[in-house]
Amino acid sequence: MTKKTSGVLAMDPAMLRGLTQPRLSRANFLRGGAAGLGLLAMGGMPTRAEAKVTDWHAWWAAQKPTKNLVFANWPYYIDVTTNGSDHPSLDDFTKATGISVKYLEVIQEIPEFYAKIAPVLKAGQPTGYDLAVITNRWELEELILQKWLTPLWKEKIPNFAKYASSNVINPAYDPGNKYTAVWQSGFTGIAYNPKLTKREITSFEDLWDPAFAGHVGMMNDNLELGSAALLKLGISPTTSTPADWAKAVAILKDQKSKGLVRQYYDQSYINALENGDTWISQAWSGDIYQANEKGYKDLKFVVPKEGVMIWHDNMCIPVGAQNALSALEWINYYYTPTTAGIIEDYVDYVCPVPDAKGYIADTLKDPDVANSPLVFPTAATYAKSHLFPAFKNYAEYKAWNDTFNPIIQA
Amino acid sequence: MAKPEVAAGRAHRGRIGPRLAPYLLSLPSWAYFLGLFLIPLGSMVIMATAIGDPLDGYTISDNFAEFLTAVSQYHDEFVRSFVYGGVSTVVTLLLAYPAAYWIAFHGGQHKSTFLFLIVLPFFVTFVIRVLAWQFILADQGFIFGPLKDLGLLPENAYVLSTKWAVIGGLIYNNLGYYVLPLYVSLEKIDRRMVLAANDLYATPSTAFLRVVLPLSAPGVFAGFLLVFVTNVGDFINAEILGGPSTSMIGNIIQDSFFVDQDYPMAAALSSLLMLLLMVSILIYAKAFGTETIQDYAA
Amino acid sequence: MPPDAVPAGKLFLRKVPLGERLLNVYTWLTIAYAMAPIAVMVVFSFNQSPSGRIGLRWLGFTTFWYQNAFAIPDLTTALVNSLEIAISSTLAAIILGTPLALALARYRFRGKTVTDIVIFADIAAPAVVVGASLLSVFLALNLPRGMPTIFLAHLAFNLAFVVVVIRARVTGLDRALDRAAADLGATPWVTFWKVTLPLIMPGILGAGLLGFALSIDDVIITSFVAGQTLTFPLWVYGAEKTGTPPQVFVLSTFIFVAGLLLAGLNSLMSRRGAKGKT
Repeated sequence: MTKKTSGVLAMDPAMLRGLTQPRLSRANFLRGGAAGLGLLAMGGMPTRAEAKVTDWHAWWAAQKPTKNLVFANWPYYIDVTTNGSDHPSLDDFTKATGISVKYLEVIQEIPEFYAKIAPVLKAGQPTGYDLAVITNRWELEELILQKWLTPLWKEKIPNFAKYASSNVINPAYDPGNKYTAVWQSGFTGIAYNPKLTKREITSFEDLWDPAFAGHVGMMNDNLELGSAALLKLGISPTTSTPADWAKAVAILKDQKSKGLVRQYYDQSYINALENGDTWISQAWSGDIYQANEKGYKDLKFVVPKEGVMIWHDNMCIPVGAQNALSALEWINYYYTPTTAGIIEDYVDYVCPVPDAKGYIADTLKDPDVANSPLVFPTAATYAKSHLFPAFKNYAEYKAWNDTFNPIIQA
Repeated sequence: MAKPEVAAGRAHRGRIGPRLAPYLLSLPSWAYFLGLFLIPLGSMVIMATAIGDPLDGYTISDNFAEFLTAVSQYHDEFVRSFVYGGVSTVVTLLLAYPAAYWIAFHGGQHKSTFLFLIVLPFFVTFVIRVLAWQFILADQGFIFGPLKDLGLLPENAYVLSTKWAVIGGLIYNNLGYYVLPLYVSLEKIDRRMVLAANDLYATPSTAFLRVVLPLSAPGVFAGFLLVFVTNVGDFINAEILGGPSTSMIGNIIQDSFFVDQDYPMAAALSSLLMLLLMVSILIYAKAFGTETIQDYAA
Repeated sequence: MPPDAVPAGKLFLRKVPLGERLLNVYTWLTIAYAMAPIAVMVVFSFNQSPSGRIGLRWLGFTTFWYQNAFAIPDLTTALVNSLEIAISSTLAAIILGTPLALALARYRFRGKTVTDIVIFADIAAPAVVVGASLLSVFLALNLPRGMPTIFLAHLAFNLAFVVVVIRARVTGLDRALDRAAADLGATPWVTFWKVTLPLIMPGILGAGLLGFALSIDDVIITSFVAGQTLTFPLWVYGAEKTGTPPQVFVLSTFIFVAGLLLAGLNSLMSRRGAKGKT
């Protein structure tokens, strides 16, 4: 005979579990709601869990060497074998030090990456990453201001002082390299396809050329967009003022209303260039190199005569890293001509180790990379390069956004 | 002899089961909705009224003005999202319906196979599909290239980076998702009703319009809900296929959140978007008729 | 005999009305339209890609990427993760959601309107909002972010969609069948298993397909709650900005072909089933 109990009482075990699991307890709801509120506000709640470190000397002294390293980086930013499965430089590192590296290519955009780690750092919990590569933008400043980065123990990274280029030592955004060591730098200039533009490109003026209407690519990163306009006006973005920004946004509006801009791109501007949808675009130096590798030999990168933006992607150690000493080991290992050379030969952005040039030319026998002014820039190029504006507080950052966002957001 | 439903009720009389039934049935899902949806969402709405900045923290206040700022600054994008979303959903419906109809009514034993074939492409990652469209619609791609070579299209014409590419992408992206609920409700229509209509001298088109179409309303509605909401809130199509003036509200929210770190604005925009979506669907449901709302709609 | 119960082999021999034939062609066209981007993907998985990234210019045919399909360990793990989450969250959503769908479709009860609105809101909620708010809840509860939190997040949105689809199916079911079962002495439990469930099975199947597809594709919500774990679309979305490795196309082609084989199998089995019956 079938069960006498009503159908719903003899219920599915899964439902039963769903009803009784502790995560559904009322206390948790209230706590979750209140905490969610506070955490989402990113500041309403006092920090919990780990106490803030005040004496970093002592903290570092107490760190024990470990055999692991979790390294978060951008995609295609390290050497890789042809089939995509291995990173020889990391394997060499493991052989040399016994530290095995978990390499995660999880950073596609700084704002999104920051949004993932900020709530965790705010809650005083470890992010899970020992080393992360962060560009020198507002988010890096925030990390420093919020004291969410571990100061580097300089004694453990002598190679940095020895081999780093003068352009990456003591940068304006991190005086004394307290928290960061550059991984790669890059230029934002102009890329174009001479076959489609039918002439050489030399200046930011060319991005405003009506002959290219509908085929000009601009970046949707408002920092890059605004900087390009400022450079066109002959103003250095690093020291620009809100009055300058107003002038810059005026010419950007003009460019947009004339129908010159095909689209405001993220890194996918490179696809548009490759496909021929855009003929000329703001571009990052290494991308063009890699596009040429992919088979698009037509594309060229040029440093405009008004100047070029330079940015630095920096290795830094988030607070709460479990393998901080291993991170330092890697930084030290990276800042050698051999390792930097091997990696640079693949990545093709701006190398922070000038001595790697010799290694690439002589040992790796790759003169294209060794002699490229984009990988080992001349002093002249560096003289023309400008850093992004550094915002001292959120209000300034918001002012910049409010000025330039309307261009991108239509 | 008592009526069947009374007899059944009598058989269960005295047991709490049936009266509590709907509550107990809903309980597991409700608990889930509460904990992992409503409470987090509530905190989001409250966030919209907060004052502060990311570095110094936020304090809850009653800054409802943020909602007004959100509307005045971004009403273009709101309108645009609803237009793109509405147009693309309607077109998806028009494209999906005949296919769902054929499969349900004339698919024979291979019904589920056909269904599978239509839905299968939508198991491939969304991003890959949009990228493929970016390639297909390229200025000199294998469609426009030959057309331009033949002189059928002006050399400078392009579809990518225009709103047509975005709408086209939106139409495609949820086609499979619309076919499913349409099929589900068409399939369960009793064929004998169609036969009965035919017996009563209805032409095939009349039988369709007066019998099949109304009976498939739940599917049309369920699909509309899914597809419209997804399309209005989408930003990937606008990002990959769009151009300078095609930003949708989803793009704005993303940027507010991640790039600008303007959380009150992001929260305000999100809340407004939800509200507008719910209102528009309620209006749509009312247009279907009150009976429909009770039984089929939310 | 109902018009569509024709033995498969005789499909082309009977006289098919023009309207039906047009619809037939239309359906095939729709299938082709749905497949267009997939065709692109499959074709370019065979493209030579010297830099390890897809370039959309045809450089030559190669099966290199198929030989190295699993060469990127992260990608393969991400794929496995996606499949696990999609299957488990869809199943859980069906188990949790079917009772609610039944309750909503068949009963009038207090809180029904509220439930409707909540489900509605769940579907209407923008992914960014859902993702961020879920992350803060997980942080507050000190749940380490990974597969479990992704599962919970996917279950959250799957549930609403599943309820909507199954409910659409349940609402047209003839209650007389339930009453007939009751008349024949079946308890509600038996009625559910033997009568209702088989009848709503197409709805469950449809909801299952939908839930699976939504879950396996989700990027935004997953990116918030995944911590260090990667799912396949998350991996691809990230890689897309800088260049997609061909393995992505290869693995997607595998998935797609597996699905095609399933569809073929299904078709074979239904044909055999029909033969057995007639």
